Parts: sequence; structure tokens; C-alpha cells
Amino acid sequence: MAEEPLLVVRDLHKHYPVSAGLMGQVKMTLRAVDGISFTLARGETLGLVGESGCGKSTAGKALMRLIEPTSGSVRLNGIEITGLSRRELHAQRRQMQAVFQDPYSSLNPKMTAGALVAEPLINFGLGNSAERRARVEDLFGRVGLRAGDMAKYPHEFSGGQRQRLGIARALAPGPTLVVGDEPVSALDVSVQAQVVNLLVRLQREFGLAYLFIAHDLAVVRHISDRVAVMYLGRIVELAPTATLFARPAHPYTQALLEAIPIPDPRRRRSRAVLRGEVPSPINPPSGCHFHPRCPIATERCRVEVPELRDLGAGQSAACHHAPAPPAATRETISA
Amino acid sequence: MSIATTRTRIVRPLVVRRRGLLTRHPRITLAALLLGTLAGLAIFAPFITEYDPMTLAVTQRLRPPSAAHWFGTDAYGRDTFSRTIYGGRISMQIGVSVAAMSVLIGVVVGMLGGAIRWLDPIVMRISDGLMSIPAILLAIALMSLTKASVATVIIAITIPEVPRVIRLVRSLVLTIREQTYMQAAIASGTRLPRLMLRHILPNVLTPLIVQATYICASAVLLEAYLGFLGAGTPTEVPSWGNIIAENRTFVQLATWNVMFPGVFLALMVLGVNMLGDGVRDLLDPRLAGRIGK
Repeated sequence: MAEEPLLVVRDLHKHYPVSAGLMGQVKMTLRAVDGISFTLARGETLGLVGESGCGKSTAGKALMRLIEPTSGSVRLNGIEITGLSRRELHAQRRQMQAVFQDPYSSLNPKMTAGALVAEPLINFGLGNSAERRARVEDLFGRVGLRAGDMAKYPHEFSGGQRQRLGIARALAPGPTLVVGDEPVSALDVSVQAQVVNLLVRLQREFGLAYLFIAHDLAVVRHISDRVAVMYLGRIVELAPTATLFARPAHPYTQALLEAIPIPDPRRRRSRAVLRGEVPSPINPPSGCHFHPRCPIATERCRVEVPELRDLGAGQSAACHHAPAPPAATRETISA
Repeated sequence: MSIATTRTRIVRPLVVRRRGLLTRHPRITLAALLLGTLAGLAIFAPFITEYDPMTLAVTQRLRPPSAAHWFGTDAYGRDTFSRTIYGGRISMQIGVSVAAMSVLIGVVVGMLGGAIRWLDPIVMRISDGLMSIPAILLAIALMSLTKASVATVIIAITIPEVPRVIRLVRSLVLTIREQTYMQAAIASGTRLPRLMLRHILPNVLTPLIVQATYICASAVLLEAYLGFLGAGTPTEVPSWGNIIAENRTFVQLATWNVMFPGVFLALMVLGVNMLGDGVRDLLDPRLAGRIGK
């Protein structure tokens, strides 16, 4: 058997109890993440996409145990993360670091840039103060900041520079996995490109694996080796990037791709955009979560939950009707 | 070599900033001037006035302000100017001590309550209980249980102030706890003690310093109320409150005995409040940056 991948996530759940009614007597469950499974190899980038509220950020935080998952298994380097005690988890945190969405709120305003980047080194007891300083200076250079800016406070930096700081902090303890929770969504488009390119370069330099959570398909397409599409807490399709964009198997993925604006005024849309709203994760539809909005839904979809099925060539989709009908429609559209 | 260059780079703007500080923050300057003068009068009282605040002079009773007695004299012939500036000692001592003590206790208890879930309801219910009693009533009750001295007045005023600080600190901690930078700090392996000291405390401190100045002002006032009600500092120790209280019977005959300590009291409270507002603007780095440009 082949070596176990860097990260193996199996059936990860994160449920929140919700109380409703006047006295909170009605107990319901919000299924933010409702059983997702995927793997991530060393040095690979997995894009995790979906609409807001589909649970992609929650999934990222739950697998790092920044919020406690309700159930499921997360293995990093063959070590089960979910069962670790606080002390054991601390040791493993060095391996998995995070870059957050908002570069304004993710940096403590009272700490200098240098102190922020040095903090993980202190936490994991890496190096003495001179070595830490050298490491921070080196990281500043690698992410494109001047070492002279170490004494500055976060508010003295621009959004893009702050995100570079966040990246430097994530890289400081030498992780093998970096979870990017929409790391470029809050930035201007021109800055986004710079930061994405920086992430790609750093990945090569340090051999990092990225779990890249985003809603911008163009960015995900650029950076990812494989893409997982989430809908209402579940992964509906997982495929190599090229395959996913060329031959999406799940109707939801197809709808997402059709929503990408095409910069060509003569090209006409061949199909209606998705109808309706995303249903609430408190009371998700029966069977396939997507069936009320799906153009090809049948009775079976209303009743039976579709499993993530292997469609060959690394592609898998959670749809009873994949692959034949959706793949065919897609081809007639692009013709 | 690199250290030398950074040093010169840092020192120079600091000097420029310090010079600009006074003109850039006129409120702080004015408040500092006012409080400095009041504090100076109180500290150097023995060198400023030749009159002892306690010595009775029966022949000099209820004299209006004159060259000899700037603020006139009271019903026992004591010099009101001397009593007023000596009284400032007590008022300031009480204001500063109450502010320092209530903030210290409030920060420790409030941070523990905000950070440790099971402790929170206990701390909050006790504070709620304390807060439901009017501060002045609680202080009078505490004063009547013990003998009158400056220390007991300080304690009696501190106790009703503490729950207010606890509430403030707790609410700040709860807000800060939800900030992304807290999650980021946890993700980079920061443990609870460091989380509290490096991430929560500095972000609590700014609003707290401002709160401390308001507590200082209200403590000075509360001491005056207590003095006025006869539950404050012992009458032989002049404080602004008990000078006013003692002279209220003669207020129509000798307004000056009530007016001058009253004006000092008002100036001190004004100064402290102005300082609080100024410091609030100064300590917010985002605001400060904007003012600097």
C-alpha cells in the first residue's frame, strides 16, 4: 500500500445546537459541516470552494481544531488530531498553520510586526532570541516585506502587506500544511494576484501543502491541483482542477461554473442560472441537499443521499445522475 | 552598526513628536496644566501658605477674602485658602488610590471571569449584587461599620467601583476573545497565560486607562458627598467635602467658605475628565495615526 497522504480527513462533522422558541425549548441542529472526507498529499494544493455559509471555513477550522469538530477523524502525518490532548495538540500545531481571511482583524493591533511573526517561534520554543530575530528577518524578506518594518504596528501596513505578515507568521514554525481561509478574498484584485503568486512561490520553496478555502473560482483554478466543491456542509464533487473545469460532473458544480462571467459579449448563456436560495443548514432538504434547486433531480434524489462516487481519473461526485447526463449537457453548452 | 542606525532613526521622530504633542492634544495639555497646578498647591502647601489648616483663631472668625486671608476664614477663624489646598491632598490621594485599586482588582477578576467559563456567572452575579446597592449607601454603611479614617474612606469608595470595572473588563475580554487575531494566536500555538498577557491585556488596557480617570473623578466627588453627609474623612483632616459640609450653615453669611473648595473640586473633576478624553484619543493608535497626518 502506498504511503499515507499528509492529511486524511474522514467523515468530519461540525454541528451546532440551535435553540428556538420563546424559552429556547425547541432544540435543533445546525449542520455546518455534515460529513466531509478528503485527502491532501505533501506539496499539493486542494481548493475548497462553495457559496458563503456552505461550511468551508468551518471545515478548515474544525480540522485544525480551532473549533472542536463534533465527530470524524483528521490524520496529519499519520497522527490522529481529533483525539489529542491539549498538550499533544500543541506539539502538532507546528505542522499546521493558518492564514486568515481578514488581514485587518487577524493581527493583534498592539503587537509589532516583528513580534507577531516571532510569536509562533516563542510558542514552540524554537531558537534563542538572536536566532528568532534572524528567522523573522529572513521570513520578512521571503514574503516581500522590509526587515526595517519589524518595529511597525499592523495599522501602519496596507492590506496586502498585512496579509504578507499573516503568511510570514504562518510559515514561521515551519509547517507542512497551511490552511488558507479565504486568504485573498479581502484584498484588491491587483494585490490578490501578488499574494497568490507569493503563495505559489513559497509552496515551492518550502514544499508546503495548501488547503485553499475560497469562493473565487478563478483564483482556485490558478492555485489548486485539485478542487473540492462544497454545498450545505457536504462535498458534492472532488476532481483534479483541469477535469473539474472542463467536465464538471455534479449539477451544482456546473451551475457554479456557469455563473463565472465570461468577458465576451457575443457569447450567450445557454442555461438559466440556479433558481432559489441556499436552504438553511438547520433544516436541510432530504436526500440530496441540492435536489430542490437541481435541474435534473428525480424522485430518487428526494429520498436517497448520494454518496461521493468515483468517476475515474481522480474525479468523484455525489450525484445519482453523474456522470452521463451532466457531462453530455456540458458538452452541448460549450459547443 | 545596524543597531546604531535604527537608534538614530527611532529617536529623532520621537523628539519631534514630543514637541508636537502639546499643540496636537490641547485637551491633555490643558488638563495636565490644571491638575499639575492643583497637585503642586497640595504638595507644596506648607511653603505656599503660612497658616496651619488646623489652628483656630477665634478673633479672626468668618472674615471675607482679603490680602491676609485670600479665601477668607471659617467659623473657627481657620484660613480657608490653607484648608482648601491642604484638602486637595486628601481628595487627590483618594481619587488616585481608588482608581488604582479598583482597576487592579477589576482587571484581575474581570479577566479571569471573561476567560474561564465556569467562573463567569459567579463573578457576574456577585458584581450584580454589589451594583444593585447605591454606591453612596454602600459607602455610608461601610463607613459606619469602621472608624473614620482616610484608608477606610478609600476602601468604602473602592468597593462599589470594582463591579463597574469588572463588567467593563469582562465585556472587553468577551469581545476580544472573538477577534480573529485570538484565533490566529491559538493557531500559532499560543497558550492561555500568554494569550491573556500578550493578547487580551494590552487590548483591555486602553479603554481601562480612560475608565480609571473617570473613576478618579467620581471618587473625588464621592468623597466630597461622604464628607458632606458626615460619613467621610474625620473632620480634623480637611478635605474639600468636609470643608463644604462644615461651612454650609454659614453659607449665606460667608459664601467663600463653600465656594472656593467647591470651585477647586469642580476644577479637579474637570481636569481629570479632560485628561481621560485626551488619553483615550491619544492611546488609540488608529486615531493617533490620523491626527498625526
